[in-house]
Amino acid sequence: MATFGSFALLIALALAAYNLLAGALALRVLATGQSFPISPERLADTARRAGIAGFVAITAAAFALIWSVFTNDFSIAYILEHSNRALPGPYKFSALWSGQEGSLLLWAWLLATYGFVLRLTHKTDVKLYAYAGTILASIQVFFLLILNFAAPPFALFRGAIPEDGNGLNPLLQYPEMVIHPPMLYLGYVGFAVPFCFGLGALMMRYPGEKWIKTTRVWTMVTWLFLTCGIFLGMHWAYAVLGWGGYWGWDPVENASFMPWLTGTAFLHSVMMQEKKGMMKGWNVWLVFSTFLLTMLGTLLTRAGLVSSVHAFAQSSIGTWFVVFMGLVLAVCIFTYVLQRDHLRAEHNIESLVSRESSFLFNNLVLLVACFVILWGTLFPVISEYVVGNKVTMGAPWYNRVAVPIGLFLVLLTGVGPLLPWRSTSMRSIRRNFVAPVIALWVTVIACLAAGVNPMKDNQFDNGNFYALVAFAVCAAVLTAIVSEFIRGGLVISRQTGKNLFAAMYLLTRRNTRRYGGYLIHIGVVIVVIGLAGSAFNSSKESEMTLHDRLTIGPYTLEQVGATQDDNANYGSEWAILDVYKDGQKKFQMLPEKRVYHSTNQPQTMVAIHSLPWWDLYVIYEGTNPSTGQPIIKAIINPLVGWIWFGVAFIVFGTAIALVPSITPSTASLRVTAVRTVPTEPVLHGGD
Amino acid sequence: MGTVIQFPQRTKKNDGHPEPAIGAPQVSNLRPGKNRLTFLLKTGQALALAVAVCFSLGATDAGKRYLDLNHRLMCTCGCAEILGECNHVGCPNSTEELNLLSAGITSNDTDDKIFDTFAAKYGATVLAAPPASGFNLVAWIAPFAVFAAALLGTILLVRHWSVGNSGMATQAADPEMDALRDRIRRETGEEGGY
Repeated sequence: MATFGSFALLIALALAAYNLLAGALALRVLATGQSFPISPERLADTARRAGIAGFVAITAAAFALIWSVFTNDFSIAYILEHSNRALPGPYKFSALWSGQEGSLLLWAWLLATYGFVLRLTHKTDVKLYAYAGTILASIQVFFLLILNFAAPPFALFRGAIPEDGNGLNPLLQYPEMVIHPPMLYLGYVGFAVPFCFGLGALMMRYPGEKWIKTTRVWTMVTWLFLTCGIFLGMHWAYAVLGWGGYWGWDPVENASFMPWLTGTAFLHSVMMQEKKGMMKGWNVWLVFSTFLLTMLGTLLTRAGLVSSVHAFAQSSIGTWFVVFMGLVLAVCIFTYVLQRDHLRAEHNIESLVSRESSFLFNNLVLLVACFVILWGTLFPVISEYVVGNKVTMGAPWYNRVAVPIGLFLVLLTGVGPLLPWRSTSMRSIRRNFVAPVIALWVTVIACLAAGVNPMKDNQFDNGNFYALVAFAVCAAVLTAIVSEFIRGGLVISRQTGKNLFAAMYLLTRRNTRRYGGYLIHIGVVIVVIGLAGSAFNSSKESEMTLHDRLTIGPYTLEQVGATQDDNANYGSEWAILDVYKDGQKKFQMLPEKRVYHSTNQPQTMVAIHSLPWWDLYVIYEGTNPSTGQPIIKAIINPLVGWIWFGVAFIVFGTAIALVPSITPSTASLRVTAVRTVPTEPVLHGGD
Repeated sequence: MGTVIQFPQRTKKNDGHPEPAIGAPQVSNLRPGKNRLTFLLKTGQALALAVAVCFSLGATDAGKRYLDLNHRLMCTCGCAEILGECNHVGCPNSTEELNLLSAGITSNDTDDKIFDTFAAKYGATVLAAPPASGFNLVAWIAPFAVFAAALLGTILLVRHWSVGNSGMATQAADPEMDALRDRIRRETGEEGGY
């Protein structure tokens, strides 16, 4: 199987190289009109077919690796290092991305899959897709060169082949870890497609903004994958790492967050180009930056440039990535300089207080947030290089620097949709902002009354202060979005005679993109409320003998036993805790500690009891070596469930935004109707 | 018996202006604009003072201080966890570090002195955030400087556009492009969002 896999990768490289060279030649001949022995259209089509065949070859290689994992082929060094016989079936799949070579193969396979879809749908716009397919082939060539020559996944183990493998990293042996990395990779790799379209459209001086529409759909799908990947990772960290949190500003987390921020900025600013013909150059650079950040993220986590708790695979392929990123950047700059006159804006922003400006500021804050995270991730390297001292950029730094910027961004989420296009008047501002401002101050007062005091115990409390601001801003934003729904719903209701909810449903269907976007914003607000809840975490830790009790919040935990188990993969021990509330036994919790036989590494399996208002989070930290008694840590994590609920909202909103709006004929009816109803000045300038 | 110190009575400063009669409306001798400026300045000063006091106040009890400080230090065992959140039973470093922290708090050392002790013993990476001094100051200033510069730049750019906008907008607007964009929207059933 190793020979088959290696051969498949070599064929894939040859096909990708042909796709790149033949595609580039065909496009060159088409662009210059030179004579050539073969028709350029036919040549481009052979290039496209080579791309499709390349997908088959890489799929065969990926299949070979998975087959080798399932058949415990320890003659392959990668399988030996990342699997063992007792590894359960689903986690055998995880072996594909648990190491350097496998994760690069996954990258290449997903890229080929995206390329396959792109090449199959080429009839949408043959020339643009030919450009995009050729650029995509160049990225494929890069990854296949690494897979064939720098990090081959089918390299054979030298020496006597051991009976069993080293096993999978215990941190990866969790159900979400079967989904989270592929989801994250789908997001990472997917941003290559908008990049290819953006660069291709610029190279060919594509007329109009149709390419933007094509790219937007790809970007939204990719963005959705990345969003799900990031939040699945958060949930995994929450349930497995056992420190009670979900985001530690680790370089790997940051690496996934940065392209998410620029991708989000692109999804917003692209509307300005479609609607007003503005920000063309900006959008092109957002697409370029997002792709480069995905490459940088891979470099950061795979090349060992920065240390991370969950960089599972590191090696010395950094030079390859640096060279490739340098080349990509050079091509982007060269193309931009050559074609910049094509990107001249058709309109300029007319007023500082307008929806156009809000988009601009939203982009600005997203990019500053991205810079802050990049700065925090790279500063230890910079510091070591400049002054010879490595420093830690941990949560305290990010909390002080990134949180205020994040809150400002959330505020803009609410302000933007309330501003009309082009310019606005004080009267309009007063009318649109009254309800959100009232909501903001009512929330501040309610929070203060409920005990959220930024001056707790006569001392300034950063966490409480930010939580207070977050709750108030979220209330204002939520009010703003809901009032937008209601205002639009009332107009439709008056036109059609439907009730308000039916009218709001119709409103959403008539402009899925806008109202899907609002649903995403609501999801973000819910997530922020959940994040703000962390300011009120409380925890207790205790060594508990039989029938010892530990009280935290409204709960009392009683240790009623501890037990052990052993299977082929791991040995485990867990505490049995009865949980009492108001003097009555309510439920039982079983926090667990595992030790994996193959690696002898421990793993925490946290017990979580989730309620809308808080999670009771219990960790079995193991036994005290001197007394042999279990040590239990209990944490009350307020509002954590809101984070996961908010994500569901974001997914729902994105799905709505991806669905086409109802027919143009119906849409034109809406335009006519809005003109006849002069009660909607906020929508002035077009909605 | 202690001496009673008589503080001098605060006297109203008389600058020659007659005092208004009781019940008569108070008339300021300052111009309204200057009055407002003074009020704003004083309010600003009071706010700045309040913020400074808030930030300069230290933790009031040892338990809270311990919790605060152990979240500003890292566990050095290689787990990359905040010291107060390291949950490894038998961790070779965290217990020792926590004991060192407790000793520092018990002997009433300042935060800076405790951090210096930790940095001297474990290296600068033990601090969860770099101290705002020397080259590390760049780490704290750069994000806000970039934010401020970007914000200012954007505001100036938009103002520049809006000043010469009326002429530019009509010149730059391309009716063909507008028509094309409208056609795309019609064909794709999109309203352009937002």
